[in-house]
Amino acid sequence: MTMAKPLLEVGATIDGFRIEQCVHQGGMATLWRVSRPDTTIPMLMKAPKVAEGGDPAAIVGFEMEQMILPRLGGVHVPKIIAVGDFALQPYIVMEALPGKSLYRRLSDLPLPYAEVAAIGVKIAAALDDLHRQHVIHLDIKPSNVMFRPTGEAVLVDYGLSHHEQLPDLMKEEFRLPFGTAPYMSPEQLLGVRNDRRSDLFALGVLLYFFSTRVRPFGESERMAGMRRRLWRDPVPPRQLRPDYPPWLQEIVLRCLEVEPAWRYPTAAQLAFDLSHPDQVKLTKRSERQQRDPLTVALRRRFNKEIKLSIIAPGQATQISSAPIVAVAVDLAEGSLPLNDALRTAAARILATLPSARLACVNVLKLGRVTLDYSLDEQGRSKQIDRLVALRHWAEPLKLEQQRLTVHVLEAVDPANAILEFVGANRIDHILLGARQDSLLRNLLGSVSAKVAAEAPCTVTVVRPARLGDNGHAPSPAEAGPAGPAGPH
Amino acid sequence: MRIALFADIHANQQAFAACLAQARELGAARYVLLGDYVGYGADPEWTVTTVMDLVDKGAMAVRGNHDNALGAPNETLNLEAKVVIEWTRNELGPAERQFLTALPLTLSEDDRLYVHSDASKPSRWRYVTSPDDAAQSLFATTARITFCGHVHRPQLYTVGPGGSVTAFTPMTGSPIPLLPGRRWLAVLGAVGQPRDGIPSASYAVLDTARRELIYCRAPYDVEEAAARIRKKGLPGSLADRLALGK
Repeated sequence: MTMAKPLLEVGATIDGFRIEQCVHQGGMATLWRVSRPDTTIPMLMKAPKVAEGGDPAAIVGFEMEQMILPRLGGVHVPKIIAVGDFALQPYIVMEALPGKSLYRRLSDLPLPYAEVAAIGVKIAAALDDLHRQHVIHLDIKPSNVMFRPTGEAVLVDYGLSHHEQLPDLMKEEFRLPFGTAPYMSPEQLLGVRNDRRSDLFALGVLLYFFSTRVRPFGESERMAGMRRRLWRDPVPPRQLRPDYPPWLQEIVLRCLEVEPAWRYPTAAQLAFDLSHPDQVKLTKRSERQQRDPLTVALRRRFNKEIKLSIIAPGQATQISSAPIVAVAVDLAEGSLPLNDALRTAAARILATLPSARLACVNVLKLGRVTLDYSLDEQGRSKQIDRLVALRHWAEPLKLEQQRLTVHVLEAVDPANAILEFVGANRIDHILLGARQDSLLRNLLGSVSAKVAAEAPCTVTVVRPARLGDNGHAPSPAEAGPAGPAGPH
Repeated sequence: MRIALFADIHANQQAFAACLAQARELGAARYVLLGDYVGYGADPEWTVTTVMDLVDKGAMAVRGNHDNALGAPNETLNLEAKVVIEWTRNELGPAERQFLTALPLTLSEDDRLYVHSDASKPSRWRYVTSPDDAAQSLFATTARITFCGHVHRPQLYTVGPGGSVTAFTPMTGSPIPLLPGRRWLAVLGAVGQPRDGIPSASYAVLDTARRELIYCRAPYDVEEAAARIRKKGLPGSLADRLALGK
């Protein structure tokens, strides 16, 4: 018996997977619905088009997916079930996600602003997760975004992606840039494939499109048409929709900056702004009603310097150098020494990381018996008082406005409120003080201990400098002789 | 199965011992030695007897240009290397010298080729430092994966169906799937004298079941290795460069 090349057709079985139905025939790959007796979850088989004379990009793109997908994990990526041998029949079997991609929403455009922002938060969160796994997607567009029933965005199709720790087969194989014309970032057009901020540009195109029904750079697939985005700025959304919120225009136009360095440094920071519209620092971007005059655009077109600075290599260290740092500030009386120590600790971190941002958090504790959640006049002024107090606390840090946000959380349990905030906002590092009063700590439990134990990020517990006269500091006699410890 | 591959040990006992210990911890069940066991370092005798012992137990070993120079005084080497090889010749017994000079230039196993310099002309000791160099080697063999050393800087090349060669500088400890649809040339870093700016000893582990290659680094006592080079009266620059990894 000879090893016949297995056929991909309905009814055939490959490595135990029965092919049920063809669900998609694309230019690069075919998708089949498949089943296996021992598996109940719905599955898809993706196979590249490897016919004679076929597009070699189909094969290389598929090889990239074969390398990248099995290395990814988490809710934002389809789960991989099997990878087929390339020599016989290359395929990838993955979970079939329910529902349709974001592409199906195109007929509903433009969407309400709040919905656009909500979609943006979900995609940015997925991108943040992907970037932390060293993958740059490089083909973010509506048809590559799906959603789980639980709401999380799932990014599909990694055929054009770049993995920071694996060979980039696409880069050498093809001289022309690959991507989807309306969504491709300027640097991608110039052949740069290792800048995470390219994905933020594509997401910016998607947000612009979904909120205005207009694609910011058109649909041209010709090189000259695509390259216009290197020098021609998009029509400000406010010109298309007069009621366009300035905060959203600020965010979208920042994503669409030609220079990657002028965009958000990380997807997490973009998600943060999209989820806190009232805290978005508005700049000239938010006010723009018209494009730059043509003379200005043309000057940009022939300015070599701009083109060159784009080609500067992307930084793989973007996330670690642009963290979101949170600090939990207790505004109760008597916290002054602790709050000074917190500020000092925050200042040290921020001084070394110019792209880091700081979120100051305070918890407004609700009594357990208080069921009246609605903010009465008194409650609202309490909120505002605390926001003012947080800004006052942060003032000596002298941070530029776009690096600082303040948040008052209302909660029965402060530790839980802080943990929720840390998770929802993809905080990288939280600073908080240890309660000094042991009586209070016994009564209330230690917030810092709970946060330190359960937070998914780095936690620094800060204590005020010891004063030496409160019985905590050892006296010289107790401490023993100074100097290096001997071999006792 | 996991195969540990070592190139350019160059008589650095501290580095080689650290690599062997780490590879054992990683579950390596087989060893491949890609040449240049001597030259530059202070412990040729220990190194060669260790290699002979490994080969006795089933390891595969090929000959490098420094090993070759022991039996071929006309071998072109730089001045420092020449000085050390003359010294090495007296450090080794006849059995060890005979072992090194009799090693084959290439060895094959399954779909893999082992060679010190490159597959196109193993006895010419060509350096693979660019995709063009890699292409020459890749097109000179039908082996799916070629392993070599000689350059002292880790690099991975691959050629796909389109025919163009991709170069990639591997990250330490990050497994790279060697896709079966393409061919690969893995240039290993040096165990005994790394030149990629990182002082720790460089080697690689191939997982044949998962078809993954992992480039590894083993930290070792660089000061001790350098001190021994000086103590033996070998050129001081050979000791200095170990701490710099160049």
